[in-house]
Amino acid sequence: MAKEFWRWKEYNWKSPDKDWKQAKIITAGVDVGSVSSKTAIMADGELYAYSLMRTGSDSPQSARKTIDWAMDGTGLTLDNIHYVVGTGYGRVNIPFSKKAITEIACHARGANYIWGQSVKTVLDMGGQDCKAIKCDDKGKVTAFLMNDKCAAGTGRGMEVFADLLSVPIEEMGNLSLSLDKEPEPVSSTCVVFAKSEALGLLRQGWSKEKVLAAYCSAMAHRVFTLLEKIGVEKDFVITGGISKNTGVVKRLETELKLTALPKPPQYDPQLAGAIGAALFAKALVEKEKR
Amino acid sequence: MLANYGYKDGSGDFFITIDTDKCNGCGKCVAICPARVLGLITDESDPFRDIPVVAVTEEHRRKIKYSCAPCKPTVGRKTLPCIYACQPNAIKHSW
Ligand code: SF4
Ligand code: SF4
Repeated sequence: MAKEFWRWKEYNWKSPDKDWKQAKIITAGVDVGSVSSKTAIMADGELYAYSLMRTGSDSPQSARKTIDWAMDGTGLTLDNIHYVVGTGYGRVNIPFSKKAITEIACHARGANYIWGQSVKTVLDMGGQDCKAIKCDDKGKVTAFLMNDKCAAGTGRGMEVFADLLSVPIEEMGNLSLSLDKEPEPVSSTCVVFAKSEALGLLRQGWSKEKVLAAYCSAMAHRVFTLLEKIGVEKDFVITGGISKNTGVVKRLETELKLTALPKPPQYDPQLAGAIGAALFAKALVEKEKR
Repeated sequence: MLANYGYKDGSGDFFITIDTDKCNGCGKCVAICPARVLGLITDESDPFRDIPVVAVTEEHRRKIKYSCAPCKPTVGRKTLPCIYACQPNAIKHSW
């Protein structure tokens, strides 16, 4: 089989010192995105276990797989979980979830949990689209703007490039930063056109690094215009898969003249949506009790 | 919450902004919109909201420039029907 350069690491985690049996409320957030599926399980509003894997062709099945993998080795079963909230692209297709909430609300809530209440602007660069979100100190959304039309700044776009240039997806960012000088910008950020354009550039003798740099900077610029429209306020954070691509992030920060808060060591920013969903689930359990 | 729907492309910015705090879910804009660009939904971005809210429907989000064009002639443009219908002033267009 040909090497799959777009493939990234799938993993799960469970808290080494917490015991879910001690918790009053156990909730889960399941984020089925177009590229990756994530589950966060929370015990009394604190992260207890999670998993992150690739979304398959079937959303209900991907949802089931990711929650099973998050519960793996914990002794938990679905019956122990009081409330499941679904989010992401496939959120309406999760048979065992009680409610669906948009990624917009969940990412803001999750970012508030991961980075704290100073977060005012969240940029979610996901698999299929890219969203700029403003929120208050409770993680409640005050404004949002989506890029409904193009794949710039998305995981899909990156995967296309990883494959095209035969560069492992995790290395793309750093590789694109290995040049001494930024190349001239490419004219198109559209994945469909960029693909043929990139091939043309390679044929002209551009190095892989140079093509990557040009493309990352075009993506960063596209995302910048989106953020500009909604207005960026400090603190600023980036969630979603592309938050790990330093090539896009560094260039975006340069354009914004603002640095995104670094990711706290214990959390993966790709989990923000699932964490937010699990927190909403907890609030919904509490609301039902009242 | 200010919900922005639409896009930006080479020819400009095309966004409809709904102020969901002002929208009372009366549905008057939905009834008046000739192109069915607007629709009432349960607000999936605010799980604690009990009343419906207006949003740009999924199928029009990528093409509102064209969907709204009949309401926006280059000469003799009047108040847009959706804006005219909305008493709480919850709708804005960027173009
Ligand atoms: S401008 Fe016309 S078509 Fe566009 S949303 Fe308003 S009423 Fe509908
Ligand atoms: S007319 Fe105004 S208040 Fe009524 S549903 Fe439309 S946006 Fe909301």
